[in-house]
Amino acid sequence: MIMEFFTGPWPWYVAGPLIGLTVPLVYLYSGRKWGISSTLRDVCAATLPRDLEYFRYSWRNRGAWRLTMAIGLVIGGLIAGLMTTTGQPISPATQADLAAIGISSVDGLVPAEIFTWSGLATLPGFIMIIGGGFLVGFGARYANGCTSGHAISGLSALRVTSLVAVLGFFAGGLLSTHVLLPLILGGGF
Amino acid sequence: MDQVTLNPASADGTDDQTAGIKPDPATIRPERLWPYLLVGVVLGIAFTRSGVISWFRIQEMFRFQSIHMYGIIGSAVVVGAVGIQLIKRLEARSVTNRPIEIPTETFTAPGWQYWLGGTVFGLGWGLLGACPGPIYVLFGNGVTVMAAGFLSALAGVWTYGALRHRLPHS
Repeated sequence: MIMEFFTGPWPWYVAGPLIGLTVPLVYLYSGRKWGISSTLRDVCAATLPRDLEYFRYSWRNRGAWRLTMAIGLVIGGLIAGLMTTTGQPISPATQADLAAIGISSVDGLVPAEIFTWSGLATLPGFIMIIGGGFLVGFGARYANGCTSGHAISGLSALRVTSLVAVLGFFAGGLLSTHVLLPLILGGGF
Repeated sequence: MDQVTLNPASADGTDDQTAGIKPDPATIRPERLWPYLLVGVVLGIAFTRSGVISWFRIQEMFRFQSIHMYGIIGSAVVVGAVGIQLIKRLEARSVTNRPIEIPTETFTAPGWQYWLGGTVFGLGWGLLGACPGPIYVLFGNGVTVMAAGFLSALAGVWTYGALRHRLPHS
């Protein structure tokens, strides 16, 4: 039972409350609003600010906490990845839908044929990783928050702005899933 | 310094418009970084174990074929909302005595940045199967090609920074 907690998949009612607890915990420690995508802005401000006003702020003062958290995320992923895991029980309906667009295995965390360095060199891999990554970064900062800042911190604070952003997240995600992915993977490219 | 460089009419509302008591700056205690490292490690493990970083779980969500991701986001919001309400009602102070930055910004139609920026983000989320947190966690899990996704996300943020004066906001 205890070992399963460390090696097996966690149900949503264990992970969700734990993730949600981050919001009040960070507030109670330092009063900061929990969010992750701002770290991307911090890295830009630290490396290539040029003369852009958006990157002219003290990233050390405002970003040290979240950059440290991002390092923790990498370490946490490393620790979890070293433990043997039985994988996620993916719904049979999703498996069938993905098989229809050429993704035959739902083992692991990502489709093995796409999310590798050799997969990146293919057109579908390039669109999904480079194109997807670009849109994630651009959109998160345009909307002023991502899943953590808007869907969790913002909705927790009952912000309408966050609700609108989250509706946008889903509109875009549905479009990608049901229109773009079949085109990209189903031989459209 | 930060206050001077921020444009008040910018999309940075959540950084500026906050509720709560503003303590005397002289009473603010130094902030340690190790608690954030710990938060990151715990979240990295939770994101992995619960499949938040699974490309397949995100597909399941956008195909409405499992309650899993909705359960995670929904229960996280409930716990977060109860926490925020308690902080407000009890007028809690932070350990470091910094002001508690609960966002108070209001929505003004049409709110371009929220729905347009949100939709752009969602398009990327559906393709990459990862939002910013999971990009870090997947890299830690050995999906090293996420480094390319990360660099591309940085390019996206930089492009937004360069174009933002030409993009509609609120």
